[in-house]
Amino acid sequence: MTHDPALRTEALEQLLTERGLVVPEVVDGFVAKYEREVGPMIGARVVARAWTDPAYRARLLADAVPAIQEVAWGGGANGEHIVVVENTADTHHVVVCTLCSCYPWPVLGLPPSWYKDPAYRSRVVREPRTVLAEMGLDLVEGVRIVVHDSSAEVRWLVLPQRPPGTEDLSEEELASLVTRDAMVGVAVVSAP
Amino acid sequence: MSVDLAVDGPTAPPRSNGELLFAAPWESRAFGMAVALHEAGAFAWPRFQQALVARIAAPGERPYYEDWLGALEDVLDLGAEVAARAETLTHRPTGHDHPH
Repeated sequence: MTHDPALRTEALEQLLTERGLVVPEVVDGFVAKYEREVGPMIGARVVARAWTDPAYRARLLADAVPAIQEVAWGGGANGEHIVVVENTADTHHVVVCTLCSCYPWPVLGLPPSWYKDPAYRSRVVREPRTVLAEMGLDLVEGVRIVVHDSSAEVRWLVLPQRPPGTEDLSEEELASLVTRDAMVGVAVVSAP
Repeated sequence: MSVDLAVDGPTAPPRSNGELLFAAPWESRAFGMAVALHEAGAFAWPRFQQALVARIAAPGERPYYEDWLGALEDVLDLGAEVAARAETLTHRPTGHDHPH
């Protein structure tokens, strides 16, 4: 018989702790790190820098990881090969992982529950316009939608369009406008 | 086969950044153990990823972190030992077997 996952998790942690393979306090630390420190605020700072510094934007699009590390970096697994794609007036990028939940942790933290949902993973590939509309993003007819399938090899980050009317905002103010959903490509950034 | 992506209710796609990452404490433990073991060099991340993909692809629908836990057992080859230990834990004296 299979035990419930809470019990199995406790059993696994006991076994690993007894063998010295896991230290509970170290596990606490990683959980706290991803709950509190590593999250979409890192990606938002990268986007705001790209909006305000054309040379930085060029570096980011050419080779994302070192450019991201200039600004901030959550570190750890899942960030070895991040590629940044830029939304424009006529092309909208959206990211999925059809097989599991590959996601650029060092810039966005952990994926939201809908990103791991079988419905999102299968449908956004086949009918992206409909899925995006259901998530509240109505794209104008004629805008081309490009769906990027993440994998262990490549994790994608969307550089959203800078909203009009934000010319006077500072880099920090711009970063506060950028949402996780915009960097996955299921939303756009709005002016305050 | 098409599954409707709920737009209302508890499974609705969140529209803000402020959602809880883990639905239950065990989910965060399973997550943290995988990251800690990887960081300690116990396995390469792509290996865990492959195990997770295989678990997710199995028939039926389970909570995401249940597949995550299964993948971790697979990569460590500890499934049988975990089941045995979990069985022992179910026989703890009353007062210790309450759900957390």
